[in-house]
Amino acid sequence: MKVYPVDPPVPAPRLATVRPGADEAAALEQTWSDPPGLLGWLASINHKSIGRRFIVTAFGFFVAGGLLAALMRLQLARPQNTLIGPDFYNQLFTMHGTTMMFLFAVPVMQAVSVYLVPLMLGTRSIAFPRLNAYAYWVYLLGGLMLYIAFLLNTGADAGWFAYPPLSGPEYSPGKRVDFWAQMITFTELSALVEAIVLITTVFKLRAPGMTLNRIPLFVWAMLVTAFMVLFAMPSVMLASTALILDRLVGTHFYNPAENGDALLWQHLFWFFGHPEVYLIFVPGLGFISAIIPTFARRPIFGYSAMVLSLIATAFLAFGLWVHHMFATNLPELGKSFFTAVSMMIAIPTAVQIFCWIATLATGRLNFKTPLLFVLAFFFILLMGGLTGIMLASVPLDLQLHDTYFVVAHLHYVLIGGAVFPLFGVIYYWFPKFTGRLMSERLGRWNFWLFFIGFNVAFFPMHWLGLKGMPRRVYTYPADQGWDAMNLVATLGAVTIAISVLLFIINVWRSVRHGAPAGDNPWGASTLEWATTSPPPAANFVQLPVVHGREPLWEAWPNPRFVTGLALNQREMLTTTVLDALPDHRVVFPVPTLWPFVGAVATTVLFVGSIFTPWAVVWGSIPVAAALTAWFWPKRNETRGHLALEKQP
Amino acid sequence: VNIVNEAAMQRRDDAQKRVRVNGAGLDVRDLPSFGFSHRSLMWWGTFGLIAIESTAFALAIVMYFYLRSHVEVWPLTTPPPALLWGSVNTVILLASMWPNRAAKQAAEKLDLAGVQRSLLGCCLFSAAFLAVRAVEFASLNVRWDTDAYGSIVWLLLGLHTTHIATDAWDTLVLTALMHTNRIEGKRYVDVSENSLYWYFVVLSWIPIYGVIYWAPRLH
Repeated sequence: MKVYPVDPPVPAPRLATVRPGADEAAALEQTWSDPPGLLGWLASINHKSIGRRFIVTAFGFFVAGGLLAALMRLQLARPQNTLIGPDFYNQLFTMHGTTMMFLFAVPVMQAVSVYLVPLMLGTRSIAFPRLNAYAYWVYLLGGLMLYIAFLLNTGADAGWFAYPPLSGPEYSPGKRVDFWAQMITFTELSALVEAIVLITTVFKLRAPGMTLNRIPLFVWAMLVTAFMVLFAMPSVMLASTALILDRLVGTHFYNPAENGDALLWQHLFWFFGHPEVYLIFVPGLGFISAIIPTFARRPIFGYSAMVLSLIATAFLAFGLWVHHMFATNLPELGKSFFTAVSMMIAIPTAVQIFCWIATLATGRLNFKTPLLFVLAFFFILLMGGLTGIMLASVPLDLQLHDTYFVVAHLHYVLIGGAVFPLFGVIYYWFPKFTGRLMSERLGRWNFWLFFIGFNVAFFPMHWLGLKGMPRRVYTYPADQGWDAMNLVATLGAVTIAISVLLFIINVWRSVRHGAPAGDNPWGASTLEWATTSPPPAANFVQLPVVHGREPLWEAWPNPRFVTGLALNQREMLTTTVLDALPDHRVVFPVPTLWPFVGAVATTVLFVGSIFTPWAVVWGSIPVAAALTAWFWPKRNETRGHLALEKQP
Repeated sequence: VNIVNEAAMQRRDDAQKRVRVNGAGLDVRDLPSFGFSHRSLMWWGTFGLIAIESTAFALAIVMYFYLRSHVEVWPLTTPPPALLWGSVNTVILLASMWPNRAAKQAAEKLDLAGVQRSLLGCCLFSAAFLAVRAVEFASLNVRWDTDAYGSIVWLLLGLHTTHIATDAWDTLVLTALMHTNRIEGKRYVDVSENSLYWYFVVLSWIPIYGVIYWAPRLH
């Protein structure tokens, strides 16, 4: 393997040095910009506009879910508290879990990649940009639907995994669970569409020369995640469709009285639900692999091992769903199998952790806020991983099932594995998004308060669980010995809330007053840093040609950039799947309102179906009309395309 | 159904000869503006859709046998579905691969008249099996709310019907478009990938047909 310099050559080779005149940049800007005005905003299909909105929306849901958690912690701060009653508490924990899992954790990962993947691949757009916009609108409208229902006292209340028979028609009358089930349809539709968009982008739109073994590990992580989405999400869509059919038209999938089976739900849900943990965690791994080399100032150690580990993790993730069901009457031999897989998945994760440690140990560390968040990952995820190994053992799991021990474990894994790296990601790429750096000082406060608050909030929950405190209780008696630890946990939660508030203030101030960042403030090696911050509408004035794995840290011989693409139309270059050889040119679509209209029509169909099954029939007409209008080409577009046409 | 399209591979290799290195620039202006099979973005979009839908079909079939594994008698209280209309539709669906294949081949030869002709054939077949599908529902001999067996049978048939209905609409729109003057190279790619998706809808029917119509008859 090639030996890389420890320090990036300064100044790193910049595309700016080979950029031609300003005319070309101006023409591209005009061709690729979003149209003006409110309608233009709704019609936007630029992956950066959609990505930014996607990230902001997901963080909005994160804050909403966090406020719900804070309410729960206030209620539990002391025994026999009367702040919140049981019915509202049921809605709180259901909405909190649902928000964090379905409206924040999975979408935010896709949101970040919608913005960054095309830049990292050195191309002008994400594949199927209209579909990408549609996915965003569907996600936004589905999330709003759930929250509007919640504000009207119709918030889901059967837990974020909605087990029947509790969630079935008999024990959950009313519309609460129906809104929950349709929220699944919205978010999974959005996630599935995004997966297709990302896979196509990674396989077909890479810069020439960016062979599969040169794509950034971040992109590999997103690609692996997208493939996992393809095979995991259909399961929960099928499950929630069957649930809503049971509730609305009297089918019997989960009704034992008519030979249905309630455990069928658990199988379908966790066949999705466990991979879902990795849909959140694998992007987190990608984030870390992007941040560590930059702040260790050397290329990652063991690139191939890292890629293979990501893929191995994805496969194994589909083989351990039953470890959520150890408390059911499944065959013991089967449980042993799932115990084994649950332990085995630690191996690829360990490979990656050792590679990161090797990278950090041999690099020269630059302790900036993004790196702090990544280093916290090592500590917190390790804790979550260790309690995971404990829970993978059937006898111990039976003892701890449905206690606060599990609550502690899952927050250590998910917040440690994904949210800490995610905050690092925002600090890391904020300069690219906005052209300005975030405040380091506030960043450090944000980090330390989050790190300390997190451990103060969640570490005592291990102990509460071992002491027998069940999850999902709205209050508890005073004589159980749980009081002090609950109060401590609440104080921790308040600390987290302050930390997140500082983060918001930091973002708010830095957008206006942050120090100008320049193209590559951290001296990183990947292509998104080769363009201006924020990038122009077309991402790059000239599309780069790639000659190695760390393009900005290496010599950049000729040919350096792509020429011969039209400036007055959205023309792009596709490349071959494995070797990224130039394949053909393709003209991308222009902005249009139809994805937005299509998403509204889809919303009418989904929400209508909660009230009458006929909404599926009549609602499909506007959906079909909108999608057809979306596809139907305009005469001048066809004329423009024909002007550039060359047959294969 | 050939997954790797040899002709497309050959044309992809030929495309390399059209790229010129000119100093710092890699000049791609002579590259083709569309390509068939896995060269096209549309192929990858369709591939993703097929992966998702296959997973959904497979899981629905797993649901069927999971529910069946919990009872002694299957179907629970009703006779199995009548064989006639489901089998008739299977024949129609299989036969519909022929105009789709014709459309795909004509598209890859950029033969507009051939594409128009065979797409009309595809539309006729869609109309035929959607009509028969309505009768199929009536001959299932069970309602969705009778018992768990009825629920899963309706789910399977409903899921597949959603697919043929959407692809029928798709084909109809494409047929209309190919009769306008808004035709360019990538429309032929659309026709080709529409046929690919059609193959999937037909071929995925075969296991579902087996499960709905024959699984209740095997003991």
